[in-house]
Amino acid sequence: MIHFQNVTKRFGEFTAIDNLTIDIYEREFYALLGPSGCGKTTLMRMLAGFETPTEGKIFLAGQDIAPVPPNKRAVNMMFQSYALFPHLSIWENIAFGLKREGMPKHDINDRVEEMLRLTRLEKFARRKPHQISGGQRQRVALARSLAKAPKLLLLDEPLGALDKKLRQDTQFELMDIQEKTGTTFVIVTHDQEEAMTVASRVAVMDHGKIVQVATPDRIYETPNSVYVADFIGDVNLIEGTVRPNGGGSYAMSWREGQPPLNVQSGNEFSDGQKAHLAIRPEKVSISAEKPAAADNAVQGRILDIAYLGNISTYHVELPTGAVIKAQSANTRRIARRDFTWEDSVWLSWTATAGVLLAE
Amino acid sequence: MNRMTWFNAVSLTLGFAFLYIPMVILVIFSFNESKLVTVWAGFSTKWYGELLQNDAFLNAAWVTLKVAVFSSTMATVLGTIAAYVLVRGGRFMGRTLFSGMIYAPLVMPEVITGLSLLLLFIGIGLDRGVLTIVLAHTTFSMCYVSVVVSSRLVSFDRSLEEAALDLGCSPAEAFRLVTLPIIAPAVISGWLLAFTLSLDDLVIASFTSGPSATTLPIKIFSAVRLGVSPEINALSTIMISIVTVGVITASLVTKHQVARQKREEQAAVRA
Repeated sequence: MIHFQNVTKRFGEFTAIDNLTIDIYEREFYALLGPSGCGKTTLMRMLAGFETPTEGKIFLAGQDIAPVPPNKRAVNMMFQSYALFPHLSIWENIAFGLKREGMPKHDINDRVEEMLRLTRLEKFARRKPHQISGGQRQRVALARSLAKAPKLLLLDEPLGALDKKLRQDTQFELMDIQEKTGTTFVIVTHDQEEAMTVASRVAVMDHGKIVQVATPDRIYETPNSVYVADFIGDVNLIEGTVRPNGGGSYAMSWREGQPPLNVQSGNEFSDGQKAHLAIRPEKVSISAEKPAAADNAVQGRILDIAYLGNISTYHVELPTGAVIKAQSANTRRIARRDFTWEDSVWLSWTATAGVLLAE
Repeated sequence: MNRMTWFNAVSLTLGFAFLYIPMVILVIFSFNESKLVTVWAGFSTKWYGELLQNDAFLNAAWVTLKVAVFSSTMATVLGTIAAYVLVRGGRFMGRTLFSGMIYAPLVMPEVITGLSLLLLFIGIGLDRGVLTIVLAHTTFSMCYVSVVVSSRLVSFDRSLEEAALDLGCSPAEAFRLVTLPIIAPAVISGWLLAFTLSLDDLVIASFTSGPSATTLPIKIFSAVRLGVSPEINALSTIMISIVTVGVITASLVTKHQVARQKREEQAAVRA
């Protein structure tokens, strides 16, 4: 439905978007994820029409949208600051876009009522924006941008101002509304958890380029680069050189005097090539005795324990000085925890637990 | 809480005495029976009555009011547009120069402004009258309006306008339906400022007025040169009371609005 074709955007000397080509499909919940300054907001503002690409073209439903001004686009945006009109009531805020369209009065009434129901704001219709709470304002902003039934809804860090609990509730609400209305949602966020929760596809951006586009589970399980692996969630990165053993199996030598690690990889590597093994802490098990049948096992000393309630993260220092994080669920009460600081433990993981990355 | 010591009490009294004794004396003597301004001869309101008979004064008052309304309205329109362009126009050639030039008339001596306007009007052969005073007042009060409005626009959330565009407004509609209502308080106070500036301007008006049109400050000034009459005292008292009533009303309205907003916000928190 949306097609970016070799789009570049420069602000003076600074290149915000660098020769970018992506596709966004109909009824998709698409997340643009990246650190601040990576160009994700610029990308969204180009879709809304507030910025024009320096080079390249953007197609919406097959039509080049460069000459279309923002007020003529079937695209609506939910602003980071919500941008509710302070001099209008909630009802009037939601009706604003419909009135501009010249919709008949009773149709406007019906549509606004429908939006108020959808976002559970019926009680607040007559209030002004400063008379409601942050979470309610956020829902008004959503209702207002959905009222015109746009083909495409852009959400710019929509949940940034909410506290954690409210944010989680709202994320599910957003997904619900997206399913009900069938609108294509593009969300900009720097919160990877949020992107993983709501989106059907996540695009990880860095310095104006898309690094990887994939479903949340693929982004997490099979990142295509060290950057993505490191940006999404927690990860242990082990550097070394690999030697192919045939059948996608590799032996990775990583430290002098340590046995090489066994790794299965879908990516091809040549003999002696430098590589990074990215392995998630929850895929590393921790035990007191050396596990008999593990593909990889290393011994170390517990340096630190981060207790998060449901899980604990153990920072284990290897004799070489490297620190590897291992996570385990706290299925027993804390008083019965097996390990404590300075304990000598074994870490183990399977050959398929990690991903081998070139860079 | 600071206690009211004798030192504070004395400084307060002295300060306010310094500010208000001249005005209080003027008000008192406007009710003087005698024609002599400095000799008290009993209470009377006869000078107010005579004032109403004095066509010259009434005419001047009418001219002043007309000039103030027209010039402040024009200054508000022009000043708001100028402020909008300077704050929102992005970077264009000479933007810094323009924004500097907008402030320059604020510090320019009034005599020079008046003189240059006089030369201009003579040069283009414009007869001096109400029109020339209106033009002159618009010129200098426009800067004040644009300063007031641009300080509001700077803190104005740009995304509100973008939201209006996004929801289908043309840029002109976005300004009319969103920007203008939100900056309205600044525009109104700019208008009031321009209005009062025009009302009490003497220097520029005396350069640009002609025999056909005299404003009240010029009238009072020239009358005083022939000696202070109790009539002038009465006129001044009326002006003082109008200004006082205006200021008190404005502050009461603001106070009321603030209180209402607070109540509503508290209601929202409870809900």
